[in-house]
This record gives sequence, C-alpha cells and structure tokens, in this order.
Amino acid sequence: MSDTHAGTVAFVRDTMLPEQEPPLTEKGAVKWLRENLFSNVFNTVLTLISLAVIWYTLAAIGPWLLGTVWNAGSLSECRRILDGASGACFAVINDRWHQLLFGFYPSALYWRPTLAFVLLLVALSPVLFTNLPRKMLWFSAIYPFVAYHLLWGGSVWLPVSAALGFVAGYVAFVLVRRVNGLAAVFAAVLAPVFWWLLFAEPFNSTMTGILPLGLEFVRSDRFGGFLISLVIGVTGISLSLPLGILLALGRQSGMVFVKSVCVIFIEFIRGVPLITLLFTASLLLNYFLPPGTSFDLILRVIIMVTLFAAAYMAEVIRGGLAALPKGQYEAADALGLDYWKAQRLIIMPQALKISIPGIVNPFIGLFKDTTLVVFIGLLDPVGLSNAIRASTDWQGIYWELFIFIGALFFLFCFGISRYSMYLERKLKTDNR
Amino acid sequence: MKKSLFAGAIAVTSLGAGVAHAQTLDTVMDRGELNCGVSTGLAGFSAPDANGVWQGFDVAKCRAIAAAILDDPMAVNFVPTTGQTRFSALASGEVDVLARNTTWTFTRDIDLNLTFVGTNYYDGQGFMVNREIGVSSAMELDGATVCIQTGTTTELNLADYFRANGMEYEPVPIETNAEAQQQYLAGACDVYTTDVSGLAATRASFENPDNHVILPEVISKEPLGLVVRDGDKQWEGIARWTLMALIAAEELGITSANVAELAQGTDSPEINRILGSEGDFGEMLGLSNDWAVRAIAAAGNYGEIFAANIGDQTPIGLSRGLNAQWTQGGLMYAPPFR
Repeated sequence: MSDTHAGTVAFVRDTMLPEQEPPLTEKGAVKWLRENLFSNVFNTVLTLISLAVIWYTLAAIGPWLLGTVWNAGSLSECRRILDGASGACFAVINDRWHQLLFGFYPSALYWRPTLAFVLLLVALSPVLFTNLPRKMLWFSAIYPFVAYHLLWGGSVWLPVSAALGFVAGYVAFVLVRRVNGLAAVFAAVLAPVFWWLLFAEPFNSTMTGILPLGLEFVRSDRFGGFLISLVIGVTGISLSLPLGILLALGRQSGMVFVKSVCVIFIEFIRGVPLITLLFTASLLLNYFLPPGTSFDLILRVIIMVTLFAAAYMAEVIRGGLAALPKGQYEAADALGLDYWKAQRLIIMPQALKISIPGIVNPFIGLFKDTTLVVFIGLLDPVGLSNAIRASTDWQGIYWELFIFIGALFFLFCFGISRYSMYLERKLKTDNR
Repeated sequence: MKKSLFAGAIAVTSLGAGVAHAQTLDTVMDRGELNCGVSTGLAGFSAPDANGVWQGFDVAKCRAIAAAILDDPMAVNFVPTTGQTRFSALASGEVDVLARNTTWTFTRDIDLNLTFVGTNYYDGQGFMVNREIGVSSAMELDGATVCIQTGTTTELNLADYFRANGMEYEPVPIETNAEAQQQYLAGACDVYTTDVSGLAATRASFENPDNHVILPEVISKEPLGLVVRDGDKQWEGIARWTLMALIAAEELGITSANVAELAQGTDSPEINRILGSEGDFGEMLGLSNDWAVRAIAAAGNYGEIFAANIGDQTPIGLSRGLNAQWTQGGLMYAPPFR
C-alpha cells in the first residue's frame, strides 16, 4: 500500500494521527473569552470596566436581596427581624400581593379574574399560533363576552344580548348580500345598532326575568392593581388594531369625506398627549353627561386609550401600505377583485407583515402607558403602591414594591416582544 | 352676540347643574351610599388596609356622615382623587363630599364655588433636618438644600419665608412624599419641608427616627377642611354639623362607648339636643333625630378618631397641639347646638 509513493517521497504516513485536543487558547471558554471579551486592547479595557460595574452593583444589591425578609406584618417588624443588617423587606409583597394583582376585587371571587386570564391565553393562542386547530377561533370570538361576564358579573343575559347584536349584523349581511353587496355592508352595520338601541335592553330584562342566571355583580371601582392594567391594556390592544387598520385605509381612501374624517381624527389624537385624553375622560365628560349618570370611569378610560392607540396604529399600518409596490394594487385590480377582497387577500397580508415590528411597538407602549391612569385616581399597580405605602404598616417602603411591579410589567412586555420576533421569523418567506 | 349666546349657554348649564345638585341628600339616600372623595393614600389620613377597607382620619369623617344619613358607616364608596382631580370630581357630582387634605383658602372657597364646612385638622408647614447638621431653628437654614414638592402651596410658602428672612436656599424638586423620603435619606437635601403632619408621619417611618428632628417653626397656616359643593344648604348643613357634633361630643364627654346610654336622656340639655332626646335638630337637617348618635357611634368622637388614627399611640404619633379642644388650649371649637 505504501509502495505507491516509494520512489517519490521518503516517508509516507499510512495511519491517521490520533485526534488531539485543540490548543488551550482555541477551545471552550478560553476561546470564547479571547474572541468576545479580550480580542484587543480597547475591548479588554471595556470588559474590565464592565466587570467592575457589575461587581459594584452586585456588591451593593446582593446582600440586600439575600437578606430578604419574607414574613412580617409591617416595615418595623421587618427591621426588628433584620436587626440592623442590610436586607430587603419583600414581606410587603407577601402581605399585599393580592391587592397589587386584583385591587379591591372581593377576595372570595379571585377565581374569576384568574379564570378570565387563563381563558385569555386560550383565546389568544389560536390567533397567535397558526398551527393550532382553527375551530378554537370560535372561542376567541366569544371570549370578550365571557371575560366581561367573568370580571363584572351581573346578569348573564347582558353579554348575551350584546353578542346577539353581532349575530343580527351577520344575518342582515347574509340576507341583503343576495340583493346588493354595498347595501349588505350598510345592513351589517345598521342591524346591530338597531338591536342594541331598541331590542337589547328589553331582551335582557325579559330573559333575566324568566331565567335569572349570572354571577355576583362586581363594581368597576373594585378593580385595581394589575387587573386594571390588563383590562385596559388588552382591550386597548385588541381593539386598536382593527380600528387602526380601518383608519389607515380611510386615510388612503379616495372618498373625500371619509378621508378627511380619518385625517382629522388621527392628527388630532396624535397632537394631544395621552394624559390630556385621560383627564378629559375623567373630568370633562362628567360635565357633559346628565347629572346622575355614572358612565363607568374604567370604560371611559378604555375608550380613550383605544382611540389613542388606534391613531398611532393607523400611521404604522399606513407605513406598511406605502411600502407595498404599486404593482401589487394593480395586480389585485387586474384579477378583478373588489376593494375588500383585494385588501383582505393581497394588500393587508403583505402590509401587516412589513409593519409587525412597528405594530408591536405601540402595543408595548400602550401596555406600559396604562400606568398613567394613576393621575386620574385609578388604583393601578403604581397607584396602589402609593396607597400601600400610605398605610401605617408599610410607610417608608420603596424599592420592593417597584421591583415587584417592574418585574410583572417586564414579564408581559418581554413576552410580547419575543412573540413578535417569532412572528417575524415565521413570516420571513421573501428575500426582503 | 356670539359671546352673549355663549354666556347664556353657560348660565343655563350652571342653572341646570345647580338644580340637579340641590338634592344631594335625596341622591345619596336613593343610592344607599355616600360617595366620598379621599386622597389616593396619605399615611394616617386615608389608605386601604390589607383587606381593601379604607382607614384613616379623613375616612372616619366620611363614615360618620354615612352613618348619620344611612345608618351604616360602611355604606361609603371611597373615590380616590389626586390633587388635580379633586375639585372637578366634587363639582361634577362624582363625589358628594371631599374629605381629602385640602387647605381652606380664599380662592378655593369663593372662586371655585365650593363650600368648606369646617376645619377638620389644623396643619402648618414645617421643616425636618438631620440631627447631625446641628440646626435647632429654621432661622439657621441659610444656604440649605431643600426637598420640596413642586406645584404646591408649600413651594410658595417656602419662597416667601426665606425671602422675608433674607436667607438663600437651593430647591430640590420632588414629585411625591415617597420620593422625598428617598432623596432626604440619601442626603440629596439637608431639609425636607411639607405639612407638619406629613413630616411626623414620614419621620415615624424612618429606621432611626431619633436621628431626625422637626424644627419648631411652623411657617404657614393649613386648615384642612371637609368640602361640599355650593348651592345645597341642606347638604352643607349635614356635613358641617356632623363634623361639629363629633367635635362637640369630645368636649361634652360623649364617646362611642357611652353614646347609646347618654342618648336615653341626661341632665345636660346640650347633650340631649345633640343626641336627639330633646328638640328636633335631626329633622331640621332632613334626617332622623338620632343622627348624631349614629355618627358618634360609627368611629367615636373627634378625640377618639384622632387618637385611633394619628394620635400619640399610633406610629404617626401626632400630638393634639392646635387640634386640641378650645378648653385645652387648642382651636377645636364647635358652635353651640341650640
């Protein structure tokens, strides 16, 4: 075998060298460190400075966190337990976590918001993950009514009669569609309005009279803490997207009236800070409504927050629409699709895909902006942290509450942002 | 023309509002609940406890009014209000009475069309310093850095005081009391200034309260009162005289413990008139004659409420001072029930 080269070279190796360990500097942690942290003088200096910063931070916070007291009835008790040592007093979370999460919701009924939250995840999953069975979308469609009933309670027929409005709209649409397409759209809008204005209340009271079903009613002013943030945030997020799409389309519309209404709305809302709208909701609206009508404050806030988010959403989606090549619109026209079909099948799927990072941004922003309601006296987590601090037991506590609230918000916002990255990767089928 | 039309519209609106607001008592009775505006959280004065039940000095006043009207001290819906929303909430009818640390001033009384029914607590602005600084009087504070909440009357009072005494100071603007505590403890300012009751509550929450001293000077008058809307004399009367009944009860020795017994009739005509065994003062207010019995039974007389929420024995630890009865050298003075 080795004779082949006998005349040409002096020595030929005929066995493989045993594999050797790579040099110490070229493998494992050492290699990683060399490449990432100490690749040149500048990076080495930066690394050392960063290490020093991390060390000082940990040295300052570490003992404080490690010395945490979890069980105490008040700050002074905490201090007695710590006895001069440095330590956090997360006992306040232990004592008041239910308030930070649920506000003043009756404690016997905590299962209701909890169940509503679990069902929210169930309702969201088919929307968020397309590989789940499509039939689950039916549950997503009825979820808002289920959630309303779980959170507020009262007669079960109220959400049912509200939902029937949509059924009425659908029926009207199907019936009139045979006659005229445009008329069907109008019928689909008018039928629910008719139902809600004329028939919903009689239906509700009759059915309640016949079959008084329902959960115990919980008033809005019992809501607080993270529950309020979630209710406002989730409603605002899920309503602002469709509303924003409509506004964006309206702004691009050729119809002068529709276009100018949309432009005025968007520019007005974008020109006004959210806090001003919240003050309007809490203060100004009361003067315009007839005395004695108590138009729920949370509802007013939800409406304002939704309108605010929708205006921003419209601009984000308009950006997506503008980024589509004109050929896409023309191709849709060439196929003979009508306006709504063209939007649904060709324009929107592409425009929305382009806008995903932009859409997620206002979502996260909106969720965090819900803490602004503290300025109109709603007790969201930040508002409750003030209230808890005002009790004689916990007066003087500071960081522990904010760390807890911050961690909760981080959990949600980080989740939203990771999902949007997943969605971007999944939809990245073109060469953009 | 346009202007007069606008003015006319305003007049009609306010007329409508006035008429609508005239019947606060009926509204409250129909509702079965008193809407009471409180602060979103102020130690000792109003704060929800771990069960979500509001407690505090201001809160107790609302409970007394609710008890007087509805015979149930718990029939109160507490509406948390901020410094910005409090007056609008009252004017728009969202709350029936405001029991939130609100200083009685000329413009609030006259310009905002509100009525202060009486002083609930006499406060005043003071200074707190670290004992190490070695200052024993506010006159020695020249050149100090001062933590101060922005946009409050305390800010203006501070400027006036330092100017009047020819001293300089450097303000450290802060937003909330909690933030002020952190800044003050971290040494960002030498002095923290706010109402004395707030200073005492803040100091009580420190790890080492004895290291800090509240200076003797009080540089402003802050009479904190209960507030109702203008234009409803009956409602104003109920709020004012419920407060006065609590104050008079302390003076006359009526407590939550003995009120039921005294209500049977005593030798003192004034006690009898207050508690309804003589005369028909309750009916004059549109209530039943034993209204004050219920109000006092709810949380006790003024002294009991003070002691339970902010007095010496509580962590807040305020002494009565100006808030003692007039017979004890204080300013608490109820007009005669006659």
